[in-house]
Amino acid sequence: MIDFAFLADTMLKLLGALPTTLTLFFSSLVLGLLLSLGVVAMRVSRWWFLSMPARFYIMLFRGTPLLIQMFLIYYGLGQFPAIRDSFLWVVLKSPYGCAVVSLAMCTAGYTAEIIRGGLQSVPHGQIEAGQAVGMNPWTLLWRVIAPVTLRQALPAYSTEAILLVKSTALASLVTVWDVTGVAQQIIQRTYRTMEVFICAALIYLVLNFLVVRAVAWIEHRLSPHLRERPQGVPTKPVPEATPHS
Amino acid sequence: MSTQFQTALSVANIHKAFGATQVLKGISLDAHKGDVISILGASGSGKSTFLRCINLLETPDEGSIVLDGEAIEMKRHRDGRLLPGNRRQVEAMRSKLGMVFQSFNLWSHMTVLQNVIEGPMRVLKRSRAECVEEAEALLHKVGLYERRDYYPAHLSGGQQQRVAIARALAMNPQVMLFDEPTSALDPELVGEVLRVMRSLAEEGRTMLVVTHEMGFARHVSNRVVFMQGGQIDCQGSPADLFEGLPTERFRQFVSSHQQRNAE
Repeated sequence: MIDFAFLADTMLKLLGALPTTLTLFFSSLVLGLLLSLGVVAMRVSRWWFLSMPARFYIMLFRGTPLLIQMFLIYYGLGQFPAIRDSFLWVVLKSPYGCAVVSLAMCTAGYTAEIIRGGLQSVPHGQIEAGQAVGMNPWTLLWRVIAPVTLRQALPAYSTEAILLVKSTALASLVTVWDVTGVAQQIIQRTYRTMEVFICAALIYLVLNFLVVRAVAWIEHRLSPHLRERPQGVPTKPVPEATPHS
Repeated sequence: MSTQFQTALSVANIHKAFGATQVLKGISLDAHKGDVISILGASGSGKSTFLRCINLLETPDEGSIVLDGEAIEMKRHRDGRLLPGNRRQVEAMRSKLGMVFQSFNLWSHMTVLQNVIEGPMRVLKRSRAECVEEAEALLHKVGLYERRDYYPAHLSGGQQQRVAIARALAMNPQVMLFDEPTSALDPELVGEVLRVMRSLAEEGRTMLVVTHEMGFARHVSNRVVFMQGGQIDCQGSPADLFEGLPTERFRQFVSSHQQRNAE
């Protein structure tokens, strides 16, 4: 027997928590991306005193469970008076702030490695061509290296974004009332686990479908050079070509 | 001093080693304005490395480079290597040296037109309208105006190389450096690229061409340099070299090429 009234009521309550899940996702995505740019810049540096800390950061945040990172930040950092007295406390005193910080720091470790893979795929000849016309390092980065890297990194980055959407569910364990948090609240009152969690799962499914479509759209827009050659222009033989024998 | 004999580029005593291998053992070369110099040599003779040392894509261990009367500042690292002394000067110098690579190296995410206007716009900071107008004229010249909105992946090798030549020309360089521009092309596409290069030579462009095309060296260039084992083995006018065959090594090199073409 399907209780449509209960399902509709649950769905409405869960959707009420959707803004929290969405802002958790977007703020940690943006912060994580900014942080990862710093990490990857250090990681590919030729100086060990920059690359070693970045390697350590990546190892730490990829090598430990996100849940433990979140608990350490939420329950752990507040124990230190130095932290409670610092400007960091503005963010870290709230569960929401702790969740964003831990999600961002964790995704930054993965994203840095995704970007590094993209950087390595830039053909060296195209970089040399930029140097040979006299580009300075910033122009070269902005006009040649970054666009190629972005296109290469995007498919892997979309996977990271999907993982991040799902990781926001962990924020419920540090008392953030996101979709999962509200779902558990409803279950505690009604004991109807199946119906409530299926509703919650549906919300995440739709959310990730939209993320995938958005990234695919960006990817399509950014890669005209990988598509079929333009149609309609006559492919006439080059007149000055002479047989070479 | 008449303009005809003004020195455009003067390179002296270039040494370069990769690890323990001495690739260049002291090469000097002066190019006057309007010179078309072909650099020949077997693979591994160091001719490409020499060309790449001129615009500092490789940093020479020793030697000096003077472009249009301006010496490139070099400084010595603690371990004895040479390093470019002034990044801005190197960038300015590179913008006056047009480089054409063996593997074209077009920017794959830009259209043909974008590839050609990129340097003048971003390095010379000229207006877009002006750059587009000049780029379209250059694309007409290399026969690719109709393909200006294509991406490099949609062009044949010969077409890509002609775009690369237009891209180098768009900087209005004082000297053009060609690093084996036809070696990566299918034989039937070599002609179209050589034809463009010949027209540049006829316009009076100063060109340094590392090549295996004996026909080009013999009939288009006014000077031929033959490299062997990181040194210049012999040099002179094409007539002097190809008829005189001054050294045994050059004679062998020419005859091995003739045999290959006869096969």
